[in-house]
Amino acid sequence: MKSAPFKYMRPDTLEEALSVLVEHGEDVRVLAGGQSLGAMLNMRIVTPSILLDLNLLTELSWIEEVRGFLATAALVRQRDALDDATVREHIPLLAQALPHVGHYQTRNRGTLGGSVAHADPSAEIPLVLATLGGEVELRTARQIRRVKASQFFRSALVTAREPDELLTALYWPRRNPAQRSAFVEFAVREGDFAIVAVACTLDAGTLRIGFAGCGETPQIIERTGLVDLDAATIQTIAREASAGLACQSDLLGSSEYRRQLAAVLASKAMSALTRETVHA
Amino acid sequence: MSTSEKWVGRSIERFEDEALLTGQARFMDDLEPVAGLCYAAILRSPHSCAEILSIDVEAARKLPGVIEVLTPDDVVAMSKPIGNLISRKLQYYPCAVKRARYFGEPVAVVIAEDRYIAEDALDLVVVKYEPKAAVVDPEDALSSSATVLHEEFGSNVVHERTFQYGDPEAQFAKAAKVVACKVNYPRVNSTPIETYGVIADFDASNGRYTVWSNFQGPFALHPIACDALRVKGHQLRLISPPSSGGSFGIKQGVYPYIVLLALAARKAGRPVKWIEDRLEHLAASSASTGRVTTVEGAFDAEGHLLALRLSQLENVGAYLRPPDPAALYRMHSTLSGPYRIRHISVDNKAVVTNQVPSGLNRGFGGPQFYYPLERMMDLAAAKFGMDAAELRLRNVVRSDEFPYDTVTGSRLESGDYRKCIEAALERAGYPQLLARREQARRDGKHFGIGIALAVETSASNMAYVNLALTHAQRLKSLPKSGAAGRARVIMDPLGSVIVHIDSVPNGQGHRTVMAQVVADEIGVLPEDVEVVSDLDTFGGAWSITSGNYSNRFSTVVTSAAKLAGQQAARKLRAAAAKELGVDPDQVQLVNGMASAPGGKNEPIQIRRLAMQLHWDAGNLPDGVDGSISELAEFSPSSLTVPDEHDRMRSSLAYSFQCDLVALEINSATGRVHIEKYVTVHDAGNLLNPAVVEGQVRGGFAHGFGAGMLERVTYAADGTLLSGTFQDYMCPTAPELPDVDIVHVITPSPNTLHGAKGLGDGCSMLTPVTLANAIADATGIKDLTPPFLPGRLWHLMRGEDPDAFTRKRQPPETGSALTLKGALRGDGTVAIDAPRQQVWDTLLDPAKLKSIIPGCESIDATGPETFIARVRVNIAGIGGLYDTKIRIFDRKEPQSLRLSGRGESKLGLGEGEAFVTLKEDGGGGTVLSYEYSADVGGRVAAFGQRMLDGVVRILLASFFDRLRAYLRGETPSSGLMATVRGWFAMLQMLRGPK
Amino acid sequence: MLEIEAGEKTTIRFTLNGKPVQAQAESRMQLADLLRHVLKKYGTHVGCEHGICGACTVLVDGRAVRSCLMFAAQVEGASVVTVEGLSNATGGLSELQAAFRRHHALQCGFCTPGILASATQFLQDNNAPSEHEVRDMLSGHICRCTGYTGIVEAILMTAQKRGGA
Repeated sequence: MKSAPFKYMRPDTLEEALSVLVEHGEDVRVLAGGQSLGAMLNMRIVTPSILLDLNLLTELSWIEEVRGFLATAALVRQRDALDDATVREHIPLLAQALPHVGHYQTRNRGTLGGSVAHADPSAEIPLVLATLGGEVELRTARQIRRVKASQFFRSALVTAREPDELLTALYWPRRNPAQRSAFVEFAVREGDFAIVAVACTLDAGTLRIGFAGCGETPQIIERTGLVDLDAATIQTIAREASAGLACQSDLLGSSEYRRQLAAVLASKAMSALTRETVHA
Repeated sequence: MSTSEKWVGRSIERFEDEALLTGQARFMDDLEPVAGLCYAAILRSPHSCAEILSIDVEAARKLPGVIEVLTPDDVVAMSKPIGNLISRKLQYYPCAVKRARYFGEPVAVVIAEDRYIAEDALDLVVVKYEPKAAVVDPEDALSSSATVLHEEFGSNVVHERTFQYGDPEAQFAKAAKVVACKVNYPRVNSTPIETYGVIADFDASNGRYTVWSNFQGPFALHPIACDALRVKGHQLRLISPPSSGGSFGIKQGVYPYIVLLALAARKAGRPVKWIEDRLEHLAASSASTGRVTTVEGAFDAEGHLLALRLSQLENVGAYLRPPDPAALYRMHSTLSGPYRIRHISVDNKAVVTNQVPSGLNRGFGGPQFYYPLERMMDLAAAKFGMDAAELRLRNVVRSDEFPYDTVTGSRLESGDYRKCIEAALERAGYPQLLARREQARRDGKHFGIGIALAVETSASNMAYVNLALTHAQRLKSLPKSGAAGRARVIMDPLGSVIVHIDSVPNGQGHRTVMAQVVADEIGVLPEDVEVVSDLDTFGGAWSITSGNYSNRFSTVVTSAAKLAGQQAARKLRAAAAKELGVDPDQVQLVNGMASAPGGKNEPIQIRRLAMQLHWDAGNLPDGVDGSISELAEFSPSSLTVPDEHDRMRSSLAYSFQCDLVALEINSATGRVHIEKYVTVHDAGNLLNPAVVEGQVRGGFAHGFGAGMLERVTYAADGTLLSGTFQDYMCPTAPELPDVDIVHVITPSPNTLHGAKGLGDGCSMLTPVTLANAIADATGIKDLTPPFLPGRLWHLMRGEDPDAFTRKRQPPETGSALTLKGALRGDGTVAIDAPRQQVWDTLLDPAKLKSIIPGCESIDATGPETFIARVRVNIAGIGGLYDTKIRIFDRKEPQSLRLSGRGESKLGLGEGEAFVTLKEDGGGGTVLSYEYSADVGGRVAAFGQRMLDGVVRILLASFFDRLRAYLRGETPSSGLMATVRGWFAMLQMLRGPK
Repeated sequence: MLEIEAGEKTTIRFTLNGKPVQAQAESRMQLADLLRHVLKKYGTHVGCEHGICGACTVLVDGRAVRSCLMFAAQVEGASVVTVEGLSNATGGLSELQAAFRRHHALQCGFCTPGILASATQFLQDNNAPSEHEVRDMLSGHICRCTGYTGIVEAILMTAQKRGGA
């Protein structure tokens, strides 16, 4: 179970990385943390002719406040984001989700950007980005564009990134002081991909619930003008939201079961919102 | 020496651990025992059932660094099929010959300078297959319409025997109640973290194969491997590595690879190393047998179990691989379990299916037997309105009945089953649990209590394997019996103690326990005893029964070592007696010193006595024949062949176990929460209690895994769905609940330390204990593990929990499709072109060539058929594929039917689509399609979650390009270019839709 | 930019257990294979090559990572510690290793080196972990022998002994 041969390219600058993509585009796989890609290479599920290793690009490991957003560069490791005080302060939902991402050991190496670029349908980080209405920065040698998460995730493992583009940063809307958030998921074993994961925010009467693991991409529902999130309202919203989800079947759960979990978890997450008082 | 001073019975730290903890222990893949090693990789069938039309290895052979490629033709030329007990017509070679019969079966072996190159070359081997309808379910294998796996044999039923003990029919006739239970018990894989490994070398000068392998025995398989290689015993030298990374039985199944790699080394003319990878292990090492059992119990009015009627259908996978069908017979002589049943009938069948061949996996035949038996006992308790524990107490062998001879011939030598059950009830706080259950039920919660019992067999009499033969057949074959253990105690010229044992441990601490045993006999400290557990068939203390199975270490191997130690001690005493001037009987051997009360000299170092026997051989004490090198065999004479009524003692020692669990199920999610788990064991005397505790906890982890998480799962076409550690889910630390362990000790009179063994333990009993509690909590009668939340949730709603893996039902009315694929969908595309033009485009190979992404050529091979050659090169996925396409049922210009079938290294797929074209009234066309597709091979094993979306995207891409083409544009890579995943190759698998 | 052609072997320089080393390898070689088969540090074991079992876990720049999911070229300039580097300075068992032996936290020992690597970082992060936290960290490792009880005890006792708890 060894990778097929590839040309290894390790740029020292972002500019070099982008030029490789311009020149070789479709022949390249971009290596960030490698916690999914490494396994896919070993299994020869992917056999790129070039492996572009970003791991030396210090240009891609910053966390900064940028107008209404907290921006995290693509190579910020999950472990470092978990330890980061600004992440906890400005994107508490991400801080709530990160302990569920993989394992202690894979978070040491796995990155925020890599997880979003990989776009696994059950992954927590894409779910949080989509639920918060965040954006993805894509760069080519010539231009930078920002794509809303809702436009970025196209299907399971399929994104809007073009072959010559590099995912360089994630833009997370900063929590306003009144926002509350909750994250819950259901997996068979701890550290497994969730069968269903639910992220949830409540802000000035606007409730957003995101679901991962059900369909091919994160699915978000929004309710506005909520006055009170009482138990009956929670039940109604959970039922309605789950009924509208696209749900798939696999060995771990049928589509019906996923829909059921979505309702259970959505209720749980909303209940947690009503209890939550301290954010950071 | 008083008992309290003995080393045996103490929880000393293990001598194995320092090397393991510092990275100095040497496992199979750490060995480079001969110069010039090269490395093998194995090409494996992506089909569970297919004729192999051709294998072209020329391109692989030409790759720089490749030394040789071993093909099935070579294997047939250089070896014989691996023999089995039943029939020569059931041919089993270590690779697929003419036909592949399970997913992952070896098809060719590439030998190269390193593993990376070997795997590169696998991608260059071209195999043409003709797939056939797979037989996956054991009950389907019985059907007359099922594919016959071994045509020469002529039937999928490879073994059939019936047995009767007592007069069960009379008992059933007079029974007050008859309780029946049917179970289709799944297959599991013990998955040690170290996989199989083999290094093989061939010496052409003397025709000898030397093989290093983490094979764990039974060494009865050594003659079978020799036979397959067509060599004498001394021409296959097997050597085990110093350390082995776990086995739980499964490393028995490495022996076909010993044969395969021996042949590879011979063909390559170089020593070859092969280390199995995890995907190979999960697909093609070995799994426990699956078993469909119907058990009926005849009870009298008071709930006494009078008789059992058993019908067992064993799924041995694709080949009848020795020692199977032994799993069907491991428990045969204890079919009454712990109960006083005098009347039993058994109807046994074994079938072959397109699944991995079976072999030893923890519990070998035990879980498959105790699960239905103990489910039936619970169903009976419910029928009698009796407490489940009470019903069992009423039926177990009574304390005053030991030794108890079962009607099938076993002798349960000692025990106190009632005491064990009571201990479990007491430790669990049974009355409180019952009260909690009442309360929980009032609160609408699903709280259940489960209890189950088992007799665990230790030191198998190898004769039991021959129960698969009739008495008449047995009389004509070589008699087999016994359960010998062997050990040699050596004291070298410097007086060091070395012990050779034949148990081939895989992590159980045998070296530590053996040091305790021998230290007690010859009066030295355990740390002064060097125990050698690596086995070499050219030396050491091995015999045909050697190996690590059926708890033989704690029973017969330690007994043999005790005998060898006694022989050594006798010599030491004789030597000491001469110097001390006393009778040998008066000499005490303690703490490294020989002394005698009232002797004339100071105590003498034991080490020095041993040295003297070497250095002063001309002056040996009376009755001593030389220095200490004492081989002892412990071979119980009670273990004989089955009698004419198929009765026999199948094992030397019989332990007892009672498990009790209390759990609660969240009905909203199907998640089970374990509140309390108690396991009570009577394994006789404990040789090292800490090691014993490790065995109990480890056995529980396996049992819990089999009960809650693990299952070897196949799709309806025989594709393995549990092919990675993501999908074959072993328990990790957060899932495993605490276990409360209780020991009740009734020593075995049959072993020299009174030990009985408990290595299988909870792995046999935990699945059914959990099932009984889940049934208690939910009222569901028909339960098969694993109790994954998603399965349990469906079960609690009275639904099929495994619909996902089943063959799809025919499409609902209205569907035009004939293919019952697992992936289905439909769609509509508006195309801005006249209908006839769309029609013509779809039927024009030249035009399709520019529409199908990556299509290099498309050629008509008949009026309806095409072959498309397509290069996929998307985001790092590359490859050239030939896809067969058929366009038929044409109703120009309204509708047509397309079918496609393609294959690649990653898998295969077939699809069918029904396409209709309608005019939209404005000069354009509305194209509607309905599709059905199936995916097999590696791709299906890896990515269940992804496939639906991928098919949709691929179709969308095709139609995008069709639209663009008809608009006169050059189709761009479009959506296809955004496919970032490995599964983009699916495009090939399906052909254009 | 470092470029290594497919099939090309290059010299990789890094620090292994505190000592500078260099080795020739193709860039596609797994770090686990580099450590074991090129540098002959056989203490690191390979169990699944897809990042689940955790047997191959080593410390790279102080962090526990899967050496099957890193490629040889990636450790250029890094500091790698394997189980061979975890013993105490005099070569005897470290506190953690001794606790593993005392609590029978291993049987076959094949998964153990990876667990030791994880536990080493984990105990530096968290000097007074709860049982739940230990089990959560261990979810990144599969042990088929022990049922984990002894492993959890050994890690908790090591923390306690170091005065964290």
